[in-house]
Amino acid sequence: MAGSIPVSVSEAVVTAGAEPQSSVLRELARFARRNPLSLVGALVGLAIIVTAITAPWVAPRDPLKANFARMNKPPDANAYFGTDQVGRDTLSRVIYGARTSLFVAFAAVLLGTTTGSLWGVACGYLGGRFDLVSQRIMEVLQAFPDLILAMAISMAIGTGMPAVIVAIAITRIPFGGRVIRSVAISVREMQYVEAGRASGASALRIMALHVLPQCVAPYLVLATTHLGVAIVIEAALGFLGVGVPPPTPTWGNMLADAITNLVPSWWLVLYPGLAITVTVLAFNLLGDGIRDTLDPRLSPAFLRMMSGGRKG
Amino acid sequence: MKKYLLRRALFALGTLIGVSMIIFVVLRVLPGDPLVAILGVEGHRSMQPADKARIMADLGLSDPLPVQYVRWLGDIASGQLGKSFFRGDTVRDLILHRGPISAEIALLALVVSWLVGLPAGILSAIKPNGWLDAVARFVSIIFIAIPGFWLGLLIVLALLFWFGYKAPIIIVHVWENPWQNFQQVIGPAVVLGLAQGAYIARMSRSCLLEVIREDYVRTARAKGAAEKAIVLRHALPNAMLPVITISGVLLGFVLGGSVAVEQAFGVPGLGRALVIAIIERDIIVVQNLVLLYAAIFVVVNVLVDLSYGWLDPRIRF
Repeated sequence: MAGSIPVSVSEAVVTAGAEPQSSVLRELARFARRNPLSLVGALVGLAIIVTAITAPWVAPRDPLKANFARMNKPPDANAYFGTDQVGRDTLSRVIYGARTSLFVAFAAVLLGTTTGSLWGVACGYLGGRFDLVSQRIMEVLQAFPDLILAMAISMAIGTGMPAVIVAIAITRIPFGGRVIRSVAISVREMQYVEAGRASGASALRIMALHVLPQCVAPYLVLATTHLGVAIVIEAALGFLGVGVPPPTPTWGNMLADAITNLVPSWWLVLYPGLAITVTVLAFNLLGDGIRDTLDPRLSPAFLRMMSGGRKG
Repeated sequence: MKKYLLRRALFALGTLIGVSMIIFVVLRVLPGDPLVAILGVEGHRSMQPADKARIMADLGLSDPLPVQYVRWLGDIASGQLGKSFFRGDTVRDLILHRGPISAEIALLALVVSWLVGLPAGILSAIKPNGWLDAVARFVSIIFIAIPGFWLGLLIVLALLFWFGYKAPIIIVHVWENPWQNFQQVIGPAVVLGLAQGAYIARMSRSCLLEVIREDYVRTARAKGAAEKAIVLRHALPNAMLPVITISGVLLGFVLGGSVAVEQAFGVPGLGRALVIAIIERDIIVVQNLVLLYAAIFVVVNVLVDLSYGWLDPRIRF
């Protein structure tokens, strides 16, 4: 890129002026070049999100409409993914399922990771007894296997989409809390934060204006890495019959429906599961790339933190 | 060392008491009326208040919450763990009957994960960015993404389709018929083990690559030791600690995942019992089983912690 060196003052001014806009693109291009797999993940993920949003236009049929003339038909030109026990079109159900699964996963991760992160900022910055008690609470939350905690909570607060979202969100809180807390602790000791304190800024103001911005990168990493987990938990809840209740098509529900047959039809098992796998894979690949780009140190530390932040 | 052990045990006990409180609060306080949870909204509405009160008293649910909580702790202390709402037997019987098969699955999954994950990680680390490394990493990325219960369904389906084979569906304990028992547990164990193995491969690869940069490894190289010997004899032992840690953490995935995987394979283990109890809203069974799963997770992670002192002489408690 020989042309990128400015040869005159005016040109330099022009390039500098154009900088903010194109630098984002250039960053993205560099990200894509360094993480080709993440680019694939991002594109596939984007395609799935677009499909989910435009489901009413993309899906060939109504996902809830039974057709008793065509029950349990294997894939053919009429229904590319076959039909289920009551003749509903599997392809349409998989597409609508993306809607539910993605919405639940995004909402849960947003809710859980954000709550956990804000809590973590407060823990890390305030320290003291608040931190101590909070750490114990998070430890207790992490003592539950994810799926089992989510099952118990969604049972308690009733079935329905909000219940599932809250249940999954609660299992995400301690992860956000622990990671962001450690970031906040290191930021607290920085000089500009000290300067803020010295000039009499309130704790809330320092946390919001000085500590929080430093937590954005790890927050993004956390959110993307946990999207895949949230999707799997949602699917497992649906599969076990404690997720978003039928007839709403979700990938988990579809798998649960499929095995009510004595001999399950292969297309009813294959496609919803494939949808889960491809989606999770896409978000995981994207998450790996974002993690490597934003915070190369986070990966091993992140895993260690999952185990309770021991120093060994 | 003894002092540390005691402190660690007390700490774990504290965590478990917190766990029991959260379970208790989640199951009793959040839904408001536990009868709604048992009978469903419709059934609850159509019932006479007197009948409701009687059932509540029968189940011991009309006492103040602290009394109920203390009674539960008493049930735990006595080892009986309370009774199921729907069946007469105690939760203890349920665990003794169904627990062994789930425990077998978890242990076997651990074995599978190490057998698959460790060699994969080592092969990756011997020649980083070589083609073997690329294949191993690709496969582990795939296996991390595949939901275990779906893989389980596919396996069940494939066996049924091509071989007309189905694993026994009633509980067969290992001491009754080892071969049938093996058929029952091997499927879930392999599925759970492969997912774990993917994480272990990743972890052992990155730890090995970290250790390989250390001075003593360079010394071994300078000595002219073969690359294989360097990795296996010098680097590997020091790279093992984080791998063992991750194995303890992964137990959470196994415990949670086994619930769904048992369902997929139709194995009548503890996970199935938990799912049924949740769908039937059998609070007493749910609270005890959830506590059991959490307790196993906590205890294993304490053991992992303690194993550090034994595996790495530099660490003194």
